[in-house]
Amino acid sequence: MSTTSYLKYETLRTVRNKQSFGFSLVFPIVMYLLLAAPNRNDHSFGDVPGLFAPQYYMISLLGFGSMIAVLSCGARIAAERTIGWNRQLRITPLSVRDYLAAKVGVGYLLALIAMALLYIAGAALGVRLSASAWVIMSLLVLLALVPFAALGIALGHLLNADAAGPAMGGGVSLLAFLGGTWFPITGGWFADLCKLLPSWWLVQAGHVGLSGGPPGNGGVAAGGGSHNPWGVEGWIVLAFWTITFSALAMWAFRRDTARA
Amino acid sequence: MSDGIVLTGLTKSFNSPAGPVRAVRGIDVAIAPGETVALLGPNGAGKSTTIDMLLGLTKPDAGSVSIFSLDCRSAVAAGKVGAMLQVGGLVQYLSVRELLEMMAGLYPKPLPVEEIIGLCGIGDIADRATTKLSGGQTQRVRAAVALISNPDLLILDEPTVALDVESRREFWATIRGFAARGMTVIFATHYLEEADAYADRVVLMARGRVVADGPTTEIKATVGQRTIRATLPGSAAADLKQLPGVIAADVLGEAIVLTCTDSDAALRALIAAYPAARDFEVVGAGIEEAFLALTSDLEEDES
Repeated sequence: MSTTSYLKYETLRTVRNKQSFGFSLVFPIVMYLLLAAPNRNDHSFGDVPGLFAPQYYMISLLGFGSMIAVLSCGARIAAERTIGWNRQLRITPLSVRDYLAAKVGVGYLLALIAMALLYIAGAALGVRLSASAWVIMSLLVLLALVPFAALGIALGHLLNADAAGPAMGGGVSLLAFLGGTWFPITGGWFADLCKLLPSWWLVQAGHVGLSGGPPGNGGVAAGGGSHNPWGVEGWIVLAFWTITFSALAMWAFRRDTARA
Repeated sequence: MSDGIVLTGLTKSFNSPAGPVRAVRGIDVAIAPGETVALLGPNGAGKSTTIDMLLGLTKPDAGSVSIFSLDCRSAVAAGKVGAMLQVGGLVQYLSVRELLEMMAGLYPKPLPVEEIIGLCGIGDIADRATTKLSGGQTQRVRAAVALISNPDLLILDEPTVALDVESRREFWATIRGFAARGMTVIFATHYLEEADAYADRVVLMARGRVVADGPTTEIKATVGQRTIRATLPGSAAADLKQLPGVIAADVLGEAIVLTCTDSDAALRALIAAYPAARDFEVVGAGIEEAFLALTSDLEEDES
């Protein structure tokens, strides 16, 4: 028995779904180019001296694009539930864990492709970061996506295929907005509230790239002038939402399978 | 695999807006390896719920399932069970062959994909996308998915419900080929003819219970009853019941109602013995009516 062959076809099915595959990858890139290309010579973006506009937008869309990619596993689960395919799989030796792992795995694969495309586009517009900044930023983003994978599984078992699209589209936009993807949210109770969201930390994970150093060292951003945005608070918020969404996913899964 | 399939005291209720629905009310059935058994009953008899519990898709409120001495989870994990569920589409963005390869990859000892394609007669559509199939082709591919693991137990939940006569015949020819290899087959149907043609044994279900269980011929006699109605003044029910082919007689004023296992013989005898009888009407009991009659006494105890 090989779940690798299952994973292979799971990937193939995702890639062949040209509309979903295309939109989840092309949309962030197109948005990036629309936002960043006209400002490609702006080296003091938002009046922050040394803040390179294409770099700022690359990081904003990093969170947005990867969040869409990982959450899309929920849409694929919802689609399979709608046609009863999940029941067909439950009468095979495929374990629930492997089923969900394949869904999340493909979501992460899409996220990696989305990130790679943004990096290439960013580099083409002149974004230059140290090797360690690229790596740390990428790893932190991948970790910060964990709660979204759990949320995707939960939504996939709560929504039907028709509702999944609008719900996730709206949810991603709202989370991205409140996470400070489009413009920095600073100061006041509103910012404090936003700091409790996983998307806020997803964006901060990307901003580690801006600061040019490893997280938690309190280092000063290379030319950006701000403190390293990541810290203990980030880990706590991520852990909280990972546990909460995992519990929700487990509840939704049990509810769905008991009803079937 | 000495032991076959044993269902013991299976019970399941669901909540509905109108209150709890007792879908299955205590099913006890033992099926020997290699048997082909039809679960026959009208809609709402509890066939699908029973099948879902047999497959481990629904957790019974009470009772147990044993499949070749294993619990259903272990039997499924060992690849011993294949099933065609009542409702279900095929996943998109794969060809039929790719779909079968994906499914084969999940089992410990699957049949070769090319072999299953040949056996199910889907060679002509093997490279077609799963979404570009007719109803009959889809059912054949779903059967192939159910059979790919080379299961010891094959479950079919109303597999031919949407098929025309020709597709239905072809479908069963394929299934019979597998049954002949010693596979145990359990199928749900609400067609008496289908149970009659393809099952060794019929488990008749109504309102969540087994109301009869036996060789197909026996069950057919039970549910294949007809009713003769006629006008006949001044007759006695006891006399009418003596007529050949009659199992029950009712007299309601001038009207008589004879429940018959052989309505032809009963009608001939009725005319010969009672020349005054008129307004004959012979009605075949629909399978649904027959089930309801069989369970009407049950209902009274329960409600």
